[in-house]
Amino acid sequence: MLGYIARRLRATVFVLVGVSALVFVMVRLIPGDPALILAGVDASREQAAEVRRGLGLDQPIWVQYARYVRRAVEGDLGKSIHSRRPVWREIRDHFPATLELTMVSLALAGALGIVVGVVSAVRRGSALDSLAMVGSLAGVSMPIFLLGVLLIWLFSLYLGLLPTGGSPPCLFCVDHLRHLVLPAITLAGVSVGMVARLTRSTMLEVIHEDFVRTARAKGLAERLVIYKHALRNAMIPVVTYMGLQFGVLLGGAVVTEQIFSWPGMGRMLVEAIESRDYPVIQGAILFMAAVFVAINLLVDLLYGWLDPRISYE
Amino acid sequence: MNSLFRGRYLAVAGLACLLVFVAGVLLAPWIAPYDPQRQVIAERLQGPSAKHWLGTDQFGRDIFSRVLYGGQVSLGIALLSVLLGLVVGGLLGLGAGYFRRLDGPVMRAMDVLLSFPAVLLAIMVVTILRPGILTVIIAVGVRSIPAFARMVRGAVLVVRSLPYAEAAAAIGASHLRTITRTIVPNSLPPVLVFSTLQIANNILLAAILSYLGLGIQPPGAEWGLMVSQGRGWLRDAPHVAMMPGLAIFAVVLAVNMVGDGLRDRLDVKLKESA
Repeated sequence: MLGYIARRLRATVFVLVGVSALVFVMVRLIPGDPALILAGVDASREQAAEVRRGLGLDQPIWVQYARYVRRAVEGDLGKSIHSRRPVWREIRDHFPATLELTMVSLALAGALGIVVGVVSAVRRGSALDSLAMVGSLAGVSMPIFLLGVLLIWLFSLYLGLLPTGGSPPCLFCVDHLRHLVLPAITLAGVSVGMVARLTRSTMLEVIHEDFVRTARAKGLAERLVIYKHALRNAMIPVVTYMGLQFGVLLGGAVVTEQIFSWPGMGRMLVEAIESRDYPVIQGAILFMAAVFVAINLLVDLLYGWLDPRISYE
Repeated sequence: MNSLFRGRYLAVAGLACLLVFVAGVLLAPWIAPYDPQRQVIAERLQGPSAKHWLGTDQFGRDIFSRVLYGGQVSLGIALLSVLLGLVVGGLLGLGAGYFRRLDGPVMRAMDVLLSFPAVLLAIMVVTILRPGILTVIIAVGVRSIPAFARMVRGAVLVVRSLPYAEAAAAIGASHLRTITRTIVPNSLPPVLVFSTLQIANNILLAAILSYLGLGIQPPGAEWGLMVSQGRGWLRDAPHVAMMPGLAIFAVVLAVNMVGDGLRDRLDVKLKESA
């Protein structure tokens, strides 16, 4: 197990180096001279050269990369061109909102997807099963922004029950929860169908395993067989999948936050792209990719803990 | 085709819907009642009627015509980006699966690309290049490369270990001959099914980029862009955003239904052959 953890950590470090190099190269390929943008449109050639020297952009590319990595490790991701605030502070201010949205969406997707998947597997071949699976396929095929627009139209504009977007500053007030409902359902919509389909297929596999047959042969009630024995074992791949979905939902949050003006990282990133705020683009993408990699690592390690039968050799 | 979908009613229904959509999109110049860019301000924001089947948008343009022409863009982007991912990712996966020495470096590079959530990687590519159809194809296609590389590598590893592939090597067939005559033809079926499902993903990703204002630019007709532009009139004319959105939904659902049917069929064949 320890050897496996060491191997996974080594691979993660390699991936993180690759991610940082790719983000670094891609940001430098973006058209426009950041020194000119920082110096301002009226700056002379000398002033722009001074800014370029100050930023270290006159150094060879590998020196720039080494400096960028060293600073990133120290938490220095540069300063926003527009707000002039450190990028890490921008991330610190916006990431909690994204995290909150993602976590709530994941919980919603998990709860609904598992219930639908289990019911569908237990009643395999019934009209309910067909309906659930067609519904799941429809959920997988639904563009996230269409779901968001439909929910805004129905619950905000037509019924007038919930706000169209934004987020009040208070964290634990009813108003905040009212603002969270539609974005969370929209983002959860991306995953519910997949969780339901996966739960159904793993449940169907587990139901035919020997230990389930043994449980039935012992005379256990069907409810106990399904919910105590089968479901617990079927949950291993589902929980793993949901862990990986966390990273996918982080990406989906970019769209959801834009639809609902949710003050998270995704919205911050799109605004930075529109205003060509390169340090923020670079810092935000690097941070989100690092979180994505860290979550994948965690899920990989948790998988073994959840299922001791997994071999790490 | 008949045996491929026998007994799979969802897949057949999906295929029928898809054929209708593709025919409508390809025949747009002949069946679209209006020029997609024709503006009639006096007829703006009208609901569905006999004159305008899906209503009109904020500039009085016929939404049905724009959905048909927009389909050419959306489906074209999806197909070309899948082709890009299939060719580049396929070659990388083939190299990694066949030549063991390439396996480590290629797959680690793919791991790096997979470390970005799909939308973020596409956004990065779009930020570097100028907005436009080609940029969206590249952005969406680049995201498909690691997925195809993994898929093809897995399929090649399976085929390579089968007796007939080992026999080809034993009789002294060259690498090129083994790859082109044995490995590629036998690795194709799962890859083609995966490509079908990838078309659905790429339609969605391209639409997301356009919705965010990073893909096709106005006044172009693209489904994601049309939803984004219609959002401002959600209260008074919800059909402006809904109609193109439902078009995306219907096409992606149809592609997924066909992909699911193909996958089930292939799984059965694999089980039978095992």
